[in-house]
Amino acid sequence: MNRNATKYFNELYETNGEIRDIYQHYQHWQSNLSNGTLERKSAEAELLFRRLGITFAVYGESSGSERLIPFDIVPRIFSGSEWRKLELGIKQRVRALNAFLHDIYHDKDIIKAGVISEKQVLGNALYRPEMIGVDLPNHVYAHIAGIDLVRVAENDFFVLEDNLRTPSGVSYMLENRNTMMRLFPELFASHAVEPVEHYPQMLLDTLRESAPANVSNPTIVVMTPGSYNSAYFEHAFLASQMGVELVEGQDLFVHQQKVYMHTTEGPQQVHVIYRRVDDDFLDPLVFRPDSTLGVPGLLDAYYSGNVSLTNGVGTGVADDKSTYFYVPEMIKFYLGETPLLSNVPTWRLSEKDDLKYALAHLPELVVKEVQGSGGYGMLVGPTSSKAEIEAYKQRILKDPANFIAQPTLALSTCPTLVESGVAPRHVDLRPFVLSGKDIRLVAGGLTRVALSEGSLVVNSSQGGGTKDTWVLED
Amino acid sequence: MLSRTADNLFWMARHIERAENIARVLDVAHRTSLLPRDVEGTEAYLWYAPLNITGCASGYEEKHGLARADAVTHYMALDPDNPSSIYSCLKLARENARTARSAITSEMWEIINATWLELNRLSNQMDNEKYANFFDWVKDRSHLFRGVTLGTIIKDIALSFIKLGTFLERADNTARLLDVKYHILLTEKENVGSSADYYQWGSLLKSVSAFEAYRKIYRDVISPLRVAELLILRDDMPRSLHACMNEVEAALIEINGSAGKEARRSAGELHAALHFGRIEDIFEEGLHEYLTHFLGQTYSLSQNIRDAYLARQDRFETLPIRSAVQTQQQT
Repeated sequence: MNRNATKYFNELYETNGEIRDIYQHYQHWQSNLSNGTLERKSAEAELLFRRLGITFAVYGESSGSERLIPFDIVPRIFSGSEWRKLELGIKQRVRALNAFLHDIYHDKDIIKAGVISEKQVLGNALYRPEMIGVDLPNHVYAHIAGIDLVRVAENDFFVLEDNLRTPSGVSYMLENRNTMMRLFPELFASHAVEPVEHYPQMLLDTLRESAPANVSNPTIVVMTPGSYNSAYFEHAFLASQMGVELVEGQDLFVHQQKVYMHTTEGPQQVHVIYRRVDDDFLDPLVFRPDSTLGVPGLLDAYYSGNVSLTNGVGTGVADDKSTYFYVPEMIKFYLGETPLLSNVPTWRLSEKDDLKYALAHLPELVVKEVQGSGGYGMLVGPTSSKAEIEAYKQRILKDPANFIAQPTLALSTCPTLVESGVAPRHVDLRPFVLSGKDIRLVAGGLTRVALSEGSLVVNSSQGGGTKDTWVLED
Repeated sequence: MLSRTADNLFWMARHIERAENIARVLDVAHRTSLLPRDVEGTEAYLWYAPLNITGCASGYEEKHGLARADAVTHYMALDPDNPSSIYSCLKLARENARTARSAITSEMWEIINATWLELNRLSNQMDNEKYANFFDWVKDRSHLFRGVTLGTIIKDIALSFIKLGTFLERADNTARLLDVKYHILLTEKENVGSSADYYQWGSLLKSVSAFEAYRKIYRDVISPLRVAELLILRDDMPRSLHACMNEVEAALIEINGSAGKEARRSAGELHAALHFGRIEDIFEEGLHEYLTHFLGQTYSLSQNIRDAYLARQDRFETLPIRSAVQTQQQT
């Protein structure tokens, strides 16, 4: 056994070295495969993905370059009962986050109650004062949320972060399943895997429910920054799966606080925009005036209640990594419940004691920017050199409030096909949570895997891969 | 349908059709160049024809000077710097398809994407035999794309815009092809009835897959009048101007948008002229003059289609009455 097996929870094994129940059937199947089968199927999968054009552009590389996110063909397996517990915790968390967003743009009860400081909320750069008093259908702000979970032991899961702006990756969840079913039909015949294929229908239902109150048959569109965006494939995929138009900012215009799109039949009013464009670029009249991706007057139409934006404007204040700290408190405050999922212990470097502790322990900590995402600009202490740590320390000292620190988590591992064969690699899980009149999610989500040995960074922008995630019916 | 989506569908189809047509033109030029030189005239003379047909002679001359077989072929087939090379057309078709991804079927997208991926695996240096295979491959991919399109897409206006692009491009190409051959052929009076004449008209027919049809219909020697009749007026020839305009007019009637009146009118006019036209009258007017006029008309038809459907930028000048009432109720 290598040293990882003792240090990290390996989802394949019991502590006594036996195969865990849910993997037994799969493992038996895999051990009977002839040599090279997995490698051959893996190459086949890559060809399928390339043909389908499921590509990802990485920022900073030459424009138009397209890369595949590596797909690992060994599935990650959860039992139905494991998943049911997670599902309750995820729904609880998203409900509290939406309640928080409604509150901070209305009565601000949570601030009045002293649970969270005014400075933490109103002083946050992502707080949008323009949203104060704006009433959204169902009081939902984050219609599509990605809650990143990591596992450290059989029964211990942590929420790593909440993604409430424009979480991406759901198309990989769907295409991974599609590909697995094509490559290994026999596995699906012998395993009762809960389906994920109905996600687009659930998304469409959610978007319908999010339409302005007086609209009975809303026109829904997906809004993309354009075909050079890193997640363009996903935008087109979702629009086509839902049977709605995929628009860019240039296709829309606003007249008398209503939004229209240019069609071959002239202007047609739009009621719900599933936008995959960041707040900053939505409306040059309100946010960045240099944005060519947005629509002048869009926010005015939104505030007037004539169009719904999903996700809503101003959700960033709640998925900020310094706000993250308070989510368990939000659950208690708004729902009167005990949080079912734990936060990772977090040091906020805006606090003097926390900063002192963090600076003294950088080689063992993970440090992140509070508004960062995608694994950019973070420090993973244990895998960084002295010089890197020193350089990062200087960045922290310039603006400590811009950082949080967390212990380096012992992310669980799953069997993964790498060059040397099947070996344990660290994983996380991003379930996609849909909030309209109800909260819905499909079983499982997107499992991301760090492909290099020992690496704990699973982000696709940092060379991570993905896996199909199975929830087995009990 | 979203105006920009219609635009991308239209151009996706045009670019694929254009790639096919360039492959046809080059294929024929290659076959002709294999004839003994004294039958055919100088190399430069021969290789200007494909450049002229596709309208990229000046771009070529700037880069390479005098027309040479290998340079012309490479420029028109594989050169990314030439915006109307086969390479560029297939690249643009994929860009259009990617942008209109949500409006086409997965199968259509896979064909276009796989074509692009295969194209990029091809060697940049080819000999005559490889080029012949390459031209066949381009035609095959285009046929495959049309087949997959008809076999998978719903018959709604998305398909109509695809057809519009395909047949306008095809009409344009057939007209250009006829025009250039006309130039070369009829200025050489001494060649009329010679073997060179036979080969040239023959290769023109072959380039539009009409050689066998000609034999079947006329069962006689190849004459300019009949070739022109076949490729202009006969509506049973899939690449004739008449057949193309049948499809264009039908597509415009299917789309039937409120702003498309002028496009429908001019397509109807073009179609009617082909429907009732006589080849003798066309030769009286002069084939070159006739074709120049036709190309002008299809160009302005494209502009009409663009204005009516593909580049809509409407703004309300006055408030529609019903919305006005709603707004008042809300505020």
